[in-house]
Amino acid sequence: MNALWMRQIAAVWRLEWKKTLLSKRGWWIYCLALGPVFLTALHWLVESRVTRHSHHSLGEDSVVFAAMFQFFYLRGAIFFGCMGLFSNLFRAEMLEKTLHYYYLTPMRREMLVAGKYLAGLAVALLLFVGSTVVSFLFIGRHAGAAYTDYILHGPGLNQLAWYSVTAALACVGYGAIFLMTGLFSRNPMVAAAVVFVWEGINPFLPSVLQKVSVIFYLRNLAPVEVPVPPPLNVMVISTDPSPAWLAIGGLLAVSALLLVYTALAARTAEISYGE
Amino acid sequence: MSDALTAAAQITFSDVSRFYGEVLGINRVSLTIPPGVTSLVGPNGSGKTTLMNLMTGLIRPTQGEIRVLGVPPDRPETLCRMVGYCAQFDAFPKGLTGFQFLYSYLLLHGYSAAESADRTKAALDRVNMYGAAGRQVAAYSKGMRQRVKLAQAIAHDPQVLVLDEPLNGLDPMARAETIALFREWGEKGRHVIVSSHILHEVDRISDQVILLSQGYVVAEGEIQGVRSEVKEQPMQILVRCDRPEMLAARLFQQHGAVEAKISADGKGLLLRTRDADGFYLMLNRIVMENGLVVESIAPADDDVNSVYQYLIGAEGATV
Repeated sequence: MNALWMRQIAAVWRLEWKKTLLSKRGWWIYCLALGPVFLTALHWLVESRVTRHSHHSLGEDSVVFAAMFQFFYLRGAIFFGCMGLFSNLFRAEMLEKTLHYYYLTPMRREMLVAGKYLAGLAVALLLFVGSTVVSFLFIGRHAGAAYTDYILHGPGLNQLAWYSVTAALACVGYGAIFLMTGLFSRNPMVAAAVVFVWEGINPFLPSVLQKVSVIFYLRNLAPVEVPVPPPLNVMVISTDPSPAWLAIGGLLAVSALLLVYTALAARTAEISYGE
Repeated sequence: MSDALTAAAQITFSDVSRFYGEVLGINRVSLTIPPGVTSLVGPNGSGKTTLMNLMTGLIRPTQGEIRVLGVPPDRPETLCRMVGYCAQFDAFPKGLTGFQFLYSYLLLHGYSAAESADRTKAALDRVNMYGAAGRQVAAYSKGMRQRVKLAQAIAHDPQVLVLDEPLNGLDPMARAETIALFREWGEKGRHVIVSSHILHEVDRISDQVILLSQGYVVAEGEIQGVRSEVKEQPMQILVRCDRPEMLAARLFQQHGAVEAKISADGKGLLLRTRDADGFYLMLNRIVMENGLVVESIAPADDDVNSVYQYLIGAEGATV
């Protein structure tokens, strides 16, 4: 027999999971997740027809994917996708005036926060880790057996694992941030803009400040480094990367702290829907 | 010990105020609500919903202390097992049928799947909604939505049922059934707290009333008791008898008589007096001495509507 708190979290998760996954308002999140899949599939189809005259190697594909992962997935798709998914877990219910049904159940608010977060995380992982994996598998597919060999006997599988872990950690970190802003802020877009700018200017900040961000640790976990093109390369302040265990542990710890803070806030939150 | 037991059976507000920024919700409210059906009556903005939201923990007091059967409302894990709240918000989670709506939230109480299903069925049955349980809530009429909200509030069999305008949108048959449900719960010794604008229905429902105006409690208690406290308004008494003219003439010999009207059929007298007890004594004497034949005597203004008019005024009343 599961403990009461586990059954309550599971009940919240069941309610939220379907609602979050099948939300009509979330169509653009699907577009963000499926965009790279579509592009890499297109790349595979086009390249496989002109394979004899292909102008690039698997190594170049690997760098292109690394750039797409850093600049599209981490800074774009996962960031904004998590904003859309997690901000709405509380905010949408406030706008629709349905949050009081949760608040009238004999459940600790911490369990509500946990259930909602896990439901949002499940959807984010499915969409963005799934998209990362499929895109990675598509991007070199045009090379046929060479790419299979690259994955199974070369560095491919290790890279895929690290991309997946990094995408998952991005969902964990940004999810925790946007769950919190969705509960606190009347307009999560403002909070999202602040976080976006902060994460965007991260490479140009002093080393100490670079470490106060999610993207710094995620960037260090990515298995392939992306060279910064000129003239931006002269403005970037190079900072020693954190070891992987510290980056992973730090991100999980910061996410846990944000979730605890959100849970405490949910405990004292009021339901008046602005009336 | 007995005080603690009493407190554990009541809902108490001790010097409770709630402000929304600078706007007053309720101010310095001290109340004790015993078991039975209690109606909150007052015009829009008088503080009825604020009072209900406070006792269910949806909002917190700016100052003061609330206890619901001894439990502070900031402990939802205990409070919400005892309290069911049918709130004013006419909104439901999207994509759920009536059955799924009740069932999903019963799972959050920690009931097993089988028990949640049984309770869902019983609650929907109780409000005559089981036939529509498989339909999407979004496709329900206003009255059906109101009933499914009521079912959700009673599904976990709470000791305290708080209902914000629960009769809104219900047809006459559903109103009668819902009122019967309130009475039944009240008679079981549970707390049923209802807010309503429909004053003649409040009369039928309530064991006691709380009259609110502009965030203050104007009066509380059994309605006859509240009426008798309104000394500045003469009591109205309707007497059906064979000689109303004679009764009217004698009435004006009594101190406190204000007005007397004889009904069109010549068999009734509506009188207003500041000394109702004196009038009843006098009426006894007249019956004994003059052989007055009295068909009926009834107070004409000890109902919620009259008390509301006297204490709060016509504004906001819907009779």
